[in-house]
Amino acid sequence: MTQADLAVAASEPGPGVAVAVPAIAGRSPWRLAWERLRRDRVAMVSLVVIVLIFASAIAAPLVADLTGHPPDAQFRETGLTPDGLPKEPSAEFWFGTDDLGRDILVRIAYGARISLLVGVVATVLTIVVGVIVGLAAGYYGGIIDTVLARAVDVVLSFPFLLFAISLVSVTGPSLWVAIIVISMFSWASVARIVRGQVLSIREKEYVEAARSLGSSDARIMLFDVLPNVLAPVIVYSTLLIPIVIVTESTLSFLGLGVPPPTPTWGGMLDESTAYYRQAWWFVVFPGAALLITTLAFNLFGDGVRDAFDPRSDRLTAG
Amino acid sequence: MSARIPITTDSRREPSGEVLLRARDVVKHFPVGGRSLRGMPRDMVHAVDGVSLDIYRGETVGVVGETGCGKSTLARCLTRLYDLTSGTLEFEGQDISTLSRREMRPFRRHMQMIFQDPYGSLNPRRRVGSIIGEPFAVHGLADGADRKRRVQQLMELVGLNPEHYNRFPAEFSGGQRQRIGVARALALRPKLIVCDEPVSALDVSIQAQIINLLSDLQAEFNLTYLFIAHDLSVVQQVSNRVMVMYLGSVVEVAPADPLYATPRHPYSAALLSAAPVADPDLAESRERVVLMGDPPSPVHPPSGCRFHPRCPKALPDCSEMDPVLEPRLGDGPEHLAACHHPLADDERLPVGGAVEAGIPEEES
Repeated sequence: MTQADLAVAASEPGPGVAVAVPAIAGRSPWRLAWERLRRDRVAMVSLVVIVLIFASAIAAPLVADLTGHPPDAQFRETGLTPDGLPKEPSAEFWFGTDDLGRDILVRIAYGARISLLVGVVATVLTIVVGVIVGLAAGYYGGIIDTVLARAVDVVLSFPFLLFAISLVSVTGPSLWVAIIVISMFSWASVARIVRGQVLSIREKEYVEAARSLGSSDARIMLFDVLPNVLAPVIVYSTLLIPIVIVTESTLSFLGLGVPPPTPTWGGMLDESTAYYRQAWWFVVFPGAALLITTLAFNLFGDGVRDAFDPRSDRLTAG
Repeated sequence: MSARIPITTDSRREPSGEVLLRARDVVKHFPVGGRSLRGMPRDMVHAVDGVSLDIYRGETVGVVGETGCGKSTLARCLTRLYDLTSGTLEFEGQDISTLSRREMRPFRRHMQMIFQDPYGSLNPRRRVGSIIGEPFAVHGLADGADRKRRVQQLMELVGLNPEHYNRFPAEFSGGQRQRIGVARALALRPKLIVCDEPVSALDVSIQAQIINLLSDLQAEFNLTYLFIAHDLSVVQQVSNRVMVMYLGSVVEVAPADPLYATPRHPYSAALLSAAPVADPDLAESRERVVLMGDPPSPVHPPSGCRFHPRCPKALPDCSEMDPVLEPRLGDGPEHLAACHHPLADDERLPVGGAVEAGIPEEES
């Protein structure tokens, strides 16, 4: 830390700096983390943005009703120039139209549904599988650990896109194939994180105490080990959501995700590739939606990490 | 020595003649240093090597010895947290030495443990009420309002404020946390409580409180304790009998006062002479027996008497024959020592050497 950094740290306690709070009965570690998170301005702004994105996804039919433009309706008369090109933003089409005369604003709102659905479902699936595998490998050790750890290595060494392309060529593109492909390649890193944590927690005296009380392995894993590995898992999952969203967009861009005409951000970017020289709005608005969503989740994830680990110092660690 | 901790009750009660836990030739080896190609472990740490012990109902057996002598491993063997390499364990006459974890569960109600580290032994993410209530939950004994009531009774019993039911371990001091550990061990009204250095992580003033709490509870619930410590004065105060361990085996076992007054085994004598004395005048005049060298590796324990490489009285036969644990020099059947050349009543060990045989600070 430089002198200037120290001065900043002294004058304005940042989110990473512990602030003395009066002790109140029964504040859980979760509650303490939430209170630290609430003081993190960047994370709170990101949270508001995330809530707005969720709101627009939920309210997508409302947007369609207000504008009078269903997401898949093609307005070949009003939505296209006489040459058949996309129309620029106007009072009727706020974000302009695409190559088939569809309203980009409405399609972005509907696209948020796919992105968030895939982002949340694939992340949850990833976490569930990763936590179960990591818990079993770390807790039982021995042959179970060896087998599971090798499986993790194999998955992590697979070329993701090549596998996705070949799988989709067999099954055909769909929402669920996208979700499953993403989860199949993400659980391994979660399993690795969880396994590492479990290895250290398994040796704690409170686990031995639980054993001496006669607790079953399942009970120990659920009540004594899991709550203590959850913090890094939560941090990882908030940072995993934007990765998953971008991955889904990548798959859609390559035509491996949700098939058209369902609006997805990646699919819209794919359709715009032939027109972006004439129609900047066609590429900018879906791209901006993807960028803002990813940025909001990433910044929020950073805040969550800081809240769970007050020792990490933003001023030095960046 | 006994002036160090004021005791409120007579902590040494008369035990019954009934054996609660009987251990015969308990052996625990841990593999170290990887495995050979055929999957056989290369080396073994002889953590506990043939310990036999009877614990009578209502008594307190103290276990002393330096770091790494196998005290804590023995405790975990006796409560079957570790599987025995060999030997037998009987609890109230029933053989429990080879029971599976599931089969052990009914016995767990009757034998509980108090752990050394009041910080490590409580799950930081659970509320105190849930920690103390866990034994009821595991054994399906009480739930809902009934469990809460019983947990709060336990908290009151060990001197905690029952209103702190919903707090987290981080909000308590070390002494209070150890009381939480005592309450948890006590929840199911066990017959035997194994205390693995229950006070060595605490301040001396807090140590006295916990010791007094343990002896009050013993009187109230007719508990039996196996009390492990490296503080010899604490052990003397609480124990009816004391067992001295060296390198995984028992070198001497006797009622507390005769052992402290006339130790037969040279190791016991050296250990006792190394204990700090609170009175500075006495401390000036006492003679400390200083042993040569470090304890040998438990991977390759010495032949014969394991203490012979460091023993000032060692003779050639000590390295050849394993001494039997039996009464020596006309002692009664309750005072056993494993030594070929035990110390007579007024005999002193030769003082000398440069290496001190201090009592270690911390159990690993």
